[in-house]
Amino acid sequence: MKTYYLKRIFSMLITIILITTLTFAMMHSIPGGPFTRERPVPDEILRALNAKYNLDDPIIIQYLNYMKGLITFDLGPSYSKIGTTVNDLIYSGFPSSAKVGGLATILIVVLGIPLGVISALKQNKPIDYFVMFMATLGITVPSFVIATLIIYFFAGKLGWIPSFGLSTPASYIGPVLALAGYSLSFVSRLTRSSMLEVLRQDYIRTARANGLTELSVIGRHAVKNALIPVVTYVGPMIAAILTGSFVVEKIFAINGIGRYFVESVSNRDYTTIMGVTVFYAVFYLIMVFFVDVAYALLDPRIKFKEGK
Amino acid sequence: MKKRILAIVMVLAMILSLSLAGCTKPAETTTAAPTEAPTEGVEPADEAVFNWNVGADPKTIDPCLNGASDGGDVINQTFEGLVREKSGVIYPGIAESWDVSEDGLTVTFNLRESKWSDGSPLTAHDFVYSWKRGMDPATASEYSWIWEYTNIVGAYAAVEGESLDAVGVSAPDDNTLVVQLETPTDYIVSLLSFYHFMPTKQSAVEAGADGAWAKDPANAVSNGPFKLTAYTIGEGLTLVKNENYWNADAVKLDRIEGKFIDEASTAYQAYQSGELDFLPDVPAAEIPSLIAEDPNFYVFPLLGTYYYNFNMDLELFQDPKVRRALTLAVDREMICETMGSGQVPAAGFVPPGFLDHEGNDFFETAGTYGIATDDSKIAEAQQLLAEAGYPNGEGFPEFTIMYNTSEGHQLVAELIQEMFKTNLGINTKLENQEWAVFQDTRKAGDYELSRGGWLTDFMDPMGLLSIFTSENAYNDPNYYNEAYDTLLSSAAKTRGAEHFEALYEAQEMLMTDLPIIPIYHYTDVMLVSPRLQGWDRSVLGTVDFSGASIAE
Repeated sequence: MKTYYLKRIFSMLITIILITTLTFAMMHSIPGGPFTRERPVPDEILRALNAKYNLDDPIIIQYLNYMKGLITFDLGPSYSKIGTTVNDLIYSGFPSSAKVGGLATILIVVLGIPLGVISALKQNKPIDYFVMFMATLGITVPSFVIATLIIYFFAGKLGWIPSFGLSTPASYIGPVLALAGYSLSFVSRLTRSSMLEVLRQDYIRTARANGLTELSVIGRHAVKNALIPVVTYVGPMIAAILTGSFVVEKIFAINGIGRYFVESVSNRDYTTIMGVTVFYAVFYLIMVFFVDVAYALLDPRIKFKEGK
Repeated sequence: MKKRILAIVMVLAMILSLSLAGCTKPAETTTAAPTEAPTEGVEPADEAVFNWNVGADPKTIDPCLNGASDGGDVINQTFEGLVREKSGVIYPGIAESWDVSEDGLTVTFNLRESKWSDGSPLTAHDFVYSWKRGMDPATASEYSWIWEYTNIVGAYAAVEGESLDAVGVSAPDDNTLVVQLETPTDYIVSLLSFYHFMPTKQSAVEAGADGAWAKDPANAVSNGPFKLTAYTIGEGLTLVKNENYWNADAVKLDRIEGKFIDEASTAYQAYQSGELDFLPDVPAAEIPSLIAEDPNFYVFPLLGTYYYNFNMDLELFQDPKVRRALTLAVDREMICETMGSGQVPAAGFVPPGFLDHEGNDFFETAGTYGIATDDSKIAEAQQLLAEAGYPNGEGFPEFTIMYNTSEGHQLVAELIQEMFKTNLGINTKLENQEWAVFQDTRKAGDYELSRGGWLTDFMDPMGLLSIFTSENAYNDPNYYNEAYDTLLSSAAKTRGAEHFEALYEAQEMLMTDLPIIPIYHYTDVMLVSPRLQGWDRSVLGTVDFSGASIAE
C-alpha cells in the first residue's frame, strides 16, 4: 500500500509540473500582454513595467524563476491589482468560495443521493418522474439563469435575501442553490441509474431470498455499491465547486477566486493565471487521490497492486 | 464490512471537514452584518451615510499609478489637486489662486495652508515630489503619457527617461508652486484637476510598495474630503469624512460605503431593494425605460467617440470616394436609437462639450461636413460608389468588419453590415476577437475595417484630433497627411483663435479624407437614489461627493 501511495504522490508531482509548464507556454503564446492598453503605454514606461515584473528576461529564465517561486509557495505579484500578490488574492478569495462551495457540496450529497435512491426504488412512479423532471431542469438550466431568477424573486420581489455579498446567513441561499443546481441534479440522476443497475444484480436477489429485511437489503447492500460511481464524480466535483464559480461569484458579487479564472486570462495577468491554475490543479489531484483511496475501502474487488 | 463503513465515514468526513473549514468564518461576518449592510433607517439617524457601487475592484487607488475610471472615482473623494472641477467649472482646491505670466509660459499657484489626513502640513514640495514620481519611469505609471499634454518643460522627456531635475516644476516656498510650460497651454489649469496630478505624501507612499499603501487604511494618507478606513479586496471599501480637509465644514456626509459589484444587473436589483444608492452603470436593457420613466436616471455626454478605422494601407480603400460612400451609407441615428443610451450621432470626431475661443461649442460650430446623421445621403453614397467604378456595389470585393468581442460592438457591426449590404450592395463578413488579441491585430494593421473608440482626458479637442497625426501610436488607420500634421503641431503651439482655427481646419481635413467612419459620441449613465443630494461629476466623468448630502 505504502509504495502505491508514494507512486501516486510522485505521479501527482509530475502532473503538476506538466500542467504548470503547459499553462505557462500557452499563456505566453497568446497575443497581447499584461500591459496591453487601448492607449499604448510610452515605450520607456513599458520597459520599466517589464523590468519591474522581470518580463524582460528570456522566457526560459522567467519559467525557471516561476518554478522556483512555486516551490516556496510564492505565486508572485498580481499585474491587475498593483501592490497585491497572487497569494493575497487566493487567501482573500478562497474562504468565500469554499464557504459557498462547502455548503453546496453538503446540499448535493445530503439531498442528491437520497433523492436518487428514492427515485430508483419508486421507478416509474410519480415521485420518480417528479425528481427526474427537476433533475433534468437542474442540468439543463444554466447557473446564471438560476442565479438571476433567485436574485429577481427572492431579493427583488420578496426581499428575503440581500442582492449581493455574503453579509448575512440568508445571503448564502442564492449562491449555494445556483452553485449546487447542476451537480445536485447530476448526482441524483447518477445515483438513480447506478441504484437501478445494482438492484438488478444477483446478490440483491440472493439477499432478498435469504429473507433480509428490505431496509437491510437497500441500506447495507444496494446503496453502498451504488455509491461507487457517485464517489468518482463527487471527488473532483468538490475541487471544482470549492474553488468557486465565475458566474455565481460575479452575479452575487462574492469575493471568491472563481472569477479570477476568467478575469486573469482576459487581463493577461500571467501570475494570477498561473496561481489559480496551479491551486486548482493541486486541489483537484488531491481529491482524485482521495477518491482512489475511498474506492479501495468501498469495494473490496478494487485492490492496488503492491510492491511491483 | 468495517472497511466499507470506514470508507463511507471517510468520504463524509472529507466533505464535512472541507465544508466546515469553510464555515468557520461566516459567523464573524454575520456579527458585523447589521452595520455592514445598512438599509434606510438602520444606521443612527444622525450619521449621513450612503451606499455607493464603485464598480469593479480598482486596480489601484494611488493617484500616481491609477489609470482607470473606477480608481479615479475613489481617488477624487480621498484626494484633492490644485483645483477641483465639477460640471465643467473650476473651483480652487489646494491652490487658493493662480497667476499665468503674460507670455503664458509660467503658471504660479498660491497654495492654501492645508493638512494631510494624518494632520501633518501639506506643502508645494509634496506636489513636486508627487508629480516627479508620476513621470519617473521607475514608478512605471501607466498613465504617465498624460505628461505629454501638460507641455510642462521636460516632463515628457522625463517620462522617456531623461533627468527629472530638468522638469519645470518647483516650490520656491511651502505655499508656492511654479510650473513652467514649453508652450502656452490654455487648458493646463483644468487638466491639473485630474487625479494623476493629485499630491501624495512621500512617507506614506514609501510605507507600502507599489501603491499598496493606498489600499491599506493604516498607511493611506490623503488630503481630500474623505479618507479610507477599510478596504476588502473584491468586496468594498469605507470612506469617512476627513476632519483635516481644508474645506471639511462643507462636507456633509459622514461616511461612504463603497461596494465592488461589476455585474450591472445585480447592482440594479440591489438599488431597487434599497441596498445601494448610487450606480455608475445599469443593465443595457433597462436604459430605454429608465430614460423614459425614471427622473433619478442621468445620461451625461462623455468626451469620446466611437468609430471605425479604414485600413489606409489597403488598395481597397485608396479611393476617397469609396471611403465617403461607405461613411454616408451608415444611418447613425438608427444605430444610436438601437443602442438606446442617448448616444449622439457623430458626423465629426470631436464630441459636444468643448468650448472654443469664442465660447461656442466646438461640436456645433464644426457642423457635419456633408455627412448625414440619418439615412438622407444614401443616394449620394450610391452615386459616389458608382463613380468609383462599383455601380450597385458590383465588383466591390467582400471585406471583413473586425471588432472586439462584446454584445454592444457586435450589434453596431451587424447594423453596419446590413447598411452596407442594403444601401450599397457591398458584402462584408464580421469577425470578432478577444480584447487583448484585437489590440494587437489593430496595432499591427492586420484588418480591413476595425472598431475604434477614444475618450479624452482633458478639455481641449486636441486630445482627440492629435491621435491621427502620423507619428501617433494610436493612429490605427495609419492615416498620413502632412498638412494635417502641420495643423496639429501649430495648434499645439498656439492659443485662442489661432489654436481653434487650426483645430477646426484639422477636423475638416479629417472628415474630408475620412480615414475613419465616425459613428457616435459616447454617453455615461448613472442611477442615483433621490436620498442622495448635491453630488456632482467632472466633465471627464469622475464622480464627486465632496458636496453631497442625505435628504431627510
